[in-house]
Amino acid sequence: MASGVRRRRVKTGGLIRHLGRWLALSAAAATLCGCYPAVLDPQGPVGAGEKLILLDSLAIMLAIVVPTILATLLFAWWFRASNTKARYLPDWAFSGRIELVVWSIPMLVIMFLGGLAWIASHDLDPAQPVAGQGKPLEVQVVSLDWKWLFIYPDQGIASVNELVAPVGAPIHLSLTSSSVMNAFFVPQLGSMIYTMNGMVTQLYLRADRPGAYYGLSSQYSGDGFAEMHFETKAVTPAAFAAWAQGARASGPALDAATYATLSRPGTSAPVTYRAVDPTLFQDIVSRKQAPGPGPANAPHINPAAPKAAS
Amino acid sequence: MKLLGDLDWSAIPLDQPIPMAASGVVALGILAVLGWIVASGRLPYLWREWITSVDHKRIGVMYCLLALVMLLRGFSDAIMMRSQQALAFHSMGYLPPEHYNQIFSAHGTIMIFFVAMPFLIGLMNFVLPLQLGVRDVAFPTLNSVGFWLTATGALLVNISLVIGEFARTGWLPYPPLSELQYSPGVGVDYYLWSLQISGVGTLLTGINFVTTILKLRAPGMGYLRMPMFCWTSLASSLLIVAAFPILTATLAMLILDRYLGFHFFTNEAGGNMMMFVNLIWAWGHPEVYILILPAFGIFSEVVSTFSGKPLFGYRSMVMATMAICLLSFMVWLHHFFTMGAGADVNAFFGIMSTIIAVPTGVKVFNWLFTIYGGRVRFTSPMLWAIGFMITFVIGGMTGVLLAIPPADFVLHNSLFLVAHFHNVIIGGVLFGAFAGYAYWFPKAFGFKLHEGLGQAAFWCWFVGFYLAFMPLYVLGLMGMTRRLQHYDVPQWRPWTWVAMAGACVILVGIVCQIAQLWVSIRRRESLRDVTGDPWDGRSLEWSTASPPPAFNFAVLPDVHGEDAYWNMKQRALKEAAAEPAYAAIEVPRNTPTGFVCAFFATVMGFALIWHIWWLAIAGILGAWATFVVFAWRDRTESEIPAEAVARIDRANRAARLSATVGGAS
Repeated sequence: MASGVRRRRVKTGGLIRHLGRWLALSAAAATLCGCYPAVLDPQGPVGAGEKLILLDSLAIMLAIVVPTILATLLFAWWFRASNTKARYLPDWAFSGRIELVVWSIPMLVIMFLGGLAWIASHDLDPAQPVAGQGKPLEVQVVSLDWKWLFIYPDQGIASVNELVAPVGAPIHLSLTSSSVMNAFFVPQLGSMIYTMNGMVTQLYLRADRPGAYYGLSSQYSGDGFAEMHFETKAVTPAAFAAWAQGARASGPALDAATYATLSRPGTSAPVTYRAVDPTLFQDIVSRKQAPGPGPANAPHINPAAPKAAS
Repeated sequence: MKLLGDLDWSAIPLDQPIPMAASGVVALGILAVLGWIVASGRLPYLWREWITSVDHKRIGVMYCLLALVMLLRGFSDAIMMRSQQALAFHSMGYLPPEHYNQIFSAHGTIMIFFVAMPFLIGLMNFVLPLQLGVRDVAFPTLNSVGFWLTATGALLVNISLVIGEFARTGWLPYPPLSELQYSPGVGVDYYLWSLQISGVGTLLTGINFVTTILKLRAPGMGYLRMPMFCWTSLASSLLIVAAFPILTATLAMLILDRYLGFHFFTNEAGGNMMMFVNLIWAWGHPEVYILILPAFGIFSEVVSTFSGKPLFGYRSMVMATMAICLLSFMVWLHHFFTMGAGADVNAFFGIMSTIIAVPTGVKVFNWLFTIYGGRVRFTSPMLWAIGFMITFVIGGMTGVLLAIPPADFVLHNSLFLVAHFHNVIIGGVLFGAFAGYAYWFPKAFGFKLHEGLGQAAFWCWFVGFYLAFMPLYVLGLMGMTRRLQHYDVPQWRPWTWVAMAGACVILVGIVCQIAQLWVSIRRRESLRDVTGDPWDGRSLEWSTASPPPAFNFAVLPDVHGEDAYWNMKQRALKEAAAEPAYAAIEVPRNTPTGFVCAFFATVMGFALIWHIWWLAIAGILGAWATFVVFAWRDRTESEIPAEAVARIDRANRAARLSATVGGAS
């Protein structure tokens, strides 16, 4: 029995791998424009690892799910009341062997999947450093109402709604929120992670191909949530250095006062800052810098609607 | 101090056409129904026989009615969301964020708390005592209070459409977004108080059901002779008793934050939002099993009845049910793997979550082997069951996928997740509720539902579901996150159109269901079932008349094995010809306690939402006084004389006997 099960799984596994390849191909075909945030078209090792786990688990489960669906249809059709050829077993309600099999099949699969989950959770933990060329690019990420602030402490610059990083280098993101929860997510690079006020989460990513990748908040955060997307530009190290140089030469500086203005609710186009208060991120995390103020006080209905003075 | 607290004319969104039109239609509908009731002189009947009824069957029917009405409200929200996303590519669509955000929050809240919960609790209420072979639940008045408090919650949610706003935080109001600082309006307060009040109702119901199943059963009805639906209801009720206090406590802490300046979940002063997220899911994950377990029970009854066989692997099913009941408390963290808890924690909860798939898989296989060797009749309840078995395994599979932390890291909060939980809630809970509705309707009213329209409704729901939600799986893999009011990724657009088309097919299904109800009532004489056993049933509810008399069973049945009524039928109905000795039966007296109490709860909830303190105090005092008056009652039961019992039961026996003889010849 067990060998029969195993044989079937291997066979279906091949089919599934084929299906997976086909899925990936069609996803890749659909993503020629480059800005398309497909999870199945990863552009870095984290996303690629996660895609592999996703497809593997799917394949393992399809090996049971597809036969179950087919058996449901087959049994229901064959044992229809009008089929005189089907044997009616009005009292058949127990079989120790079948019970053994129906408990063991899901159990074996889950043991297998559980092992996979354990290993993969450790390999792909967001705080797990990723290898790459050169030393990691440090980025401090702050989710604001309703835009993203990226601080590059080593370069002493910052940008809003635009993340620029060198191709091939590990990106180390430390993330927090100025007000409500959000989640940082660049689908083609992998792992999303929450941003929370007063707390710092860690995430390592790497982009292996130059391009502009769609990033977004994947945790609903209020009225401007739909606008909380940003572009992640993976560029050559030289281009990155040039971009940082250019940013240092223009734009306003980001100090406590500018930050306080920025943290008010509203959306924003991409902006860069030529200089950043080096303790800003720490001050936001420790709440020395006050949390984002949220909507102006208290209309019952529509923040845009004027309210009669009370 | 202002007499009306924060309430003034600005609370009514006169400038917004959509809520005004919607509430106008609803108000007109309610007025028309009320007017018709009063004009036709049915109000006293309604008050006497339904509103003040403590009969579990009547309360069950009212629960289901509430669920069906709220399903219409929740579905209108769904259609608006789907059409908004279909339109809002590079544009703002027709719903501004502050409105769209209320709609998805209300949709989730309504569908879970005021559709799925009342529907299943209604079916449990109606069926449990009948299947256990007893006359009522353990605490009939408490049952009525529970129902009316649930109705209060539903009413408050709907009032928010006209007066003020509903929460704009999602169906689970994660702080700090739901704190006063980031949600200064009354929306979150509407959410909090409607759930607190209906949550008390649900908890009372859970206690009532647990007591009923543990303490009231017909003679001979041992635990391992109970129908599977009783077992799953027991598991579900135990979960209610264990989990709902967590919800109440969590929401109470948020209330303290919002009303009295506490700092449980705020950014400042040591508050921690993740505590809320942990607590709400410590309730929230058992909640999904509170919903799905009774549905599993319904499918067990339906599959067994319409295959003409006992349930396969009954003891195994009991074990699987109780295993799910226990495990459901050990998996809550999988709702936030992306919090950054670390690999060990994530892996542990991931594995625990996948383990729940084992007993669930066992259940699916056992239904499969119940069909094997059967004589399957494809009536509409059975269609729902087969549709469920096919759909639910897909939903279960994507669920296990989401339980693998690294896969969740790219799919969490995406439309893939939305597709997954609709896959199990529509394909599992709702299909189960519809199967139960079609299956037990003839028991409740004495006539069957129109079969053709029922099957049409099934096919529309089935096809509509796949059209509406398979695209969401794709969109999730394409990186589209949930709750987007508008977007600018062109590749997403075609799929939102397909999903919209699916929602329209489901709409046709709902229209079929409304038509089915209408047509069935109009043609009730030709659909009449006089035997009380229209499906050749196996459990005790089919051994009494349809609709059952107030006392359910003239003589309490004596149970000799699993499938109690099937055994009785096998032992031939000649025994039935011998008339038992009838005795007078005591039934609980009707009481308006539940209704009056809920009235005061509504007043209290509304007053608290709008900070009208004097009215809130009046509401609390009123509700308390109602209980005091109830506690001082002199007579709790009324007696149905033996002659009346004999008369009702003889009619039932005669009809049943003639039908059996007629069927045999």
